[in-house]
Amino acid sequence: MGNSSKLRLLSLAIILALPTAAGAATGKTIAASGNGRGAAPCSSCHGADGSGNAAAGYPRLAGLSQAYLVKQLHDFADGRRNNAVMQPMAKALSKQEINSVASYYSKLKSNSADKSKEQAPPALGKQLVLRGDWDKKIPACVQCHGPGARGAGSHFPALAGQYAGYIETQLEAWKSGQRSNDPDGLMKAVAERLSSKQIKAAAAYLQSLPSHLPSHSK
Amino acid sequence: MSDSRHARITNAATILAALVLISTSVNAAEHAATQASTTPASNSAFHPPSEQEIPNNAFGKMVKRGEDLFVNTQQLRGKYVGNGLNCANCHIDRGRLANSAPMWAAWVHYPAYRGKNHMVNTMAERIQGCFRYSENGAPPPANGDVIKALETYFYWLAKGAPVGAKMKGRGYPKLSKAAEKPDFARGKQVFKAHCAICHGDNGHGTKQHGKYVFPPLWGKDSYNWGAGMHRVNTAAAFIHANMPLGKPNSLSEQQAWDVAAYVNSHERPQDPRFKGNVAQTKAKYHKHDCRYGNRVDGVTLGRKSYPNPLAHR
Ligand code: HEC
Ligand code: HEC
Ligand code: HEC
Ligand code: HEC
Repeated sequence: MGNSSKLRLLSLAIILALPTAAGAATGKTIAASGNGRGAAPCSSCHGADGSGNAAAGYPRLAGLSQAYLVKQLHDFADGRRNNAVMQPMAKALSKQEINSVASYYSKLKSNSADKSKEQAPPALGKQLVLRGDWDKKIPACVQCHGPGARGAGSHFPALAGQYAGYIETQLEAWKSGQRSNDPDGLMKAVAERLSSKQIKAAAAYLQSLPSHLPSHSK
Repeated sequence: MSDSRHARITNAATILAALVLISTSVNAAEHAATQASTTPASNSAFHPPSEQEIPNNAFGKMVKRGEDLFVNTQQLRGKYVGNGLNCANCHIDRGRLANSAPMWAAWVHYPAYRGKNHMVNTMAERIQGCFRYSENGAPPPANGDVIKALETYFYWLAKGAPVGAKMKGRGYPKLSKAAEKPDFARGKQVFKAHCAICHGDNGHGTKQHGKYVFPPLWGKDSYNWGAGMHRVNTAAAFIHANMPLGKPNSLSEQQAWDVAAYVNSHERPQDPRFKGNVAQTKAKYHKHDCRYGNRVDGVTLGRKSYPNPLAHR
């Protein structure tokens, strides 16, 4: 093999290696400092450890599956999911950047779950999350969102340890038609049947659940 | 207390009672109206007792054990269970839901004659059949712990149900005859659009931490060729009333027929009554609406069926 072809092979290897190496760095960089083209640092709202901000209504991202995060960012970017804050930022991210920032957050573990353990979770919430309300044709949340509500497959996000306020907002958004990006209307069909009282109770119970097991581990 | 005051209080109490009566009957009428407008078929009169009512004694313990076996039948994997299914996967809400073959409706109907084996079956024998076919396993002994616990649970669920009465909500509500012959290709489209997200593109289910969250519809971990669910009409009825999860009765009847035919045109564990010849097994045991022994997509179903892992028992 000639020197020039060796060189070509070498540069090819570097080029092939680049996207992954740079990708990993990019995810972290975007989270910490944005991408410089319209996407603000994610951590300024979603927290340095990805555990979000309960008071402001910024959801926890740490430990959500990569596939779910990627889908949400594309849904924001394409207008399938409405949100004035997130839409412009998601639009400013390239496909590659979406993949890497999603990968970054999916691997983070945040410790915020224990904070919310102080209050005793309501019995109604527990009943709904673990058993459902079949008189109203509502399956148990864990039947889709996985055991412990820690997520199932790539389409059903973890809810354990997510902020109650955020969960309530999303469910009310489905009821009103404001959020409609769920596959085959699966979440809408459930949300529609939930009363506001049930939403509050389920959200409080879900927030109290530990989220430390990553949702995507097999 | 003076008499007149007493009378006033009694009057007030009567009025109050009347008001309560009126408001409850209005509520009941409203309730009936909403149920009737959404799902006439699931308007079942019987309600099993709630879980909180399980007594805190030795009997209650046995009820709970039966419930636990029904929901997490996988604890018997390798012993009496040979696939990845739990009883509650096909008898939804822990065997409580009307139109999902609920156990309270079944309990009051046994012993019963069954065409499947041409004899009167006790409940114990009926349950053994479920282990053999739906769970692709081996029957637990009729006088053993497992059957005792399951029977105790069913008996408790049926508290107050009249013995031998026709219970509304029993079984899966039959569909009318398919307008068009159930079709594999159309069924595949329905499957992709409404089922694959949970049951997987290949129908093999979705696992989380080694356990099925969404159970397999075919393949080695699903029900076998002798189970009730392998019949196209039974599966179509179950699917229409219960699937997609959370969206019952959302498919058209034709869609339910098509997707049932598609699901039941894939290989699964062998019929336990198979003696080495698919055509003979088909002729003897499959004179009903099913695809066993048929050629679908160039293969004869039943030829490459999976063995029962507990067949030696
Ligand atoms: C100014 C605050 C802010 C910044 C900065 C921000 N977000 Fe968000 N993000 C939000 C809010 C608010 C929501 C909730 C939107 C809703 O209610 O639908 C959200 C939701 C999300 C969701 C959906 C989560 C879920 O569980 O469905 C994802 C994913 C997300 N953000 C990713 C990012 C990424 C990646 C960045 C950095 C590029 C970022 N966000 C920067 C405020 C922010
Ligand atoms: C039939 C399946 C199903 C059931 C049952 C179900 N969900 Fe969902 N849920 C989904 C799907 C699918 C999504 C993801 C939607 C998307 O991709 O945008 C979702 C998303 C959500 C979200 C948004 C999460 C986020 O990070 O933004 C919340 C909150 C939620 N579900 C709450 C519940 C609650 C509470 C229950 C029980 C009362 C429940 N779900 C039951 C299918 C289901
Ligand atoms: C949102 C997820 C979801 C969707 C979509 C869904 N299912 Fe299911 N399916 C389930 C779950 C969960 C069970 C088990 C129910 C239980 O244990 O309560 C189940 C059970 C079943 C069963 C009985 C158990 C088995 O493994 O054989 C069949 C048959 C079935 N589904 C068919 C279908 C068909 C056909 C479709 C599409 C029309 C469909 N399902 C759509 C979640 C889903
Ligand atoms: C793959 C789905 C499936 C699984 C798993 C399953 N069953 Fe069934 N079961 C059926 C079908 C189908 C029927 C027949 C219903 C009909 O035709 O109306 C049935 C009927 C029954 C009946 C009689 C109902 C009646 O009204 O006469 C009982 C009792 C029963 N099953 C118990 C169980 C038990 C116990 C288990 C677990 C050991 C179990 N089943 C697992 C599908 C299933």
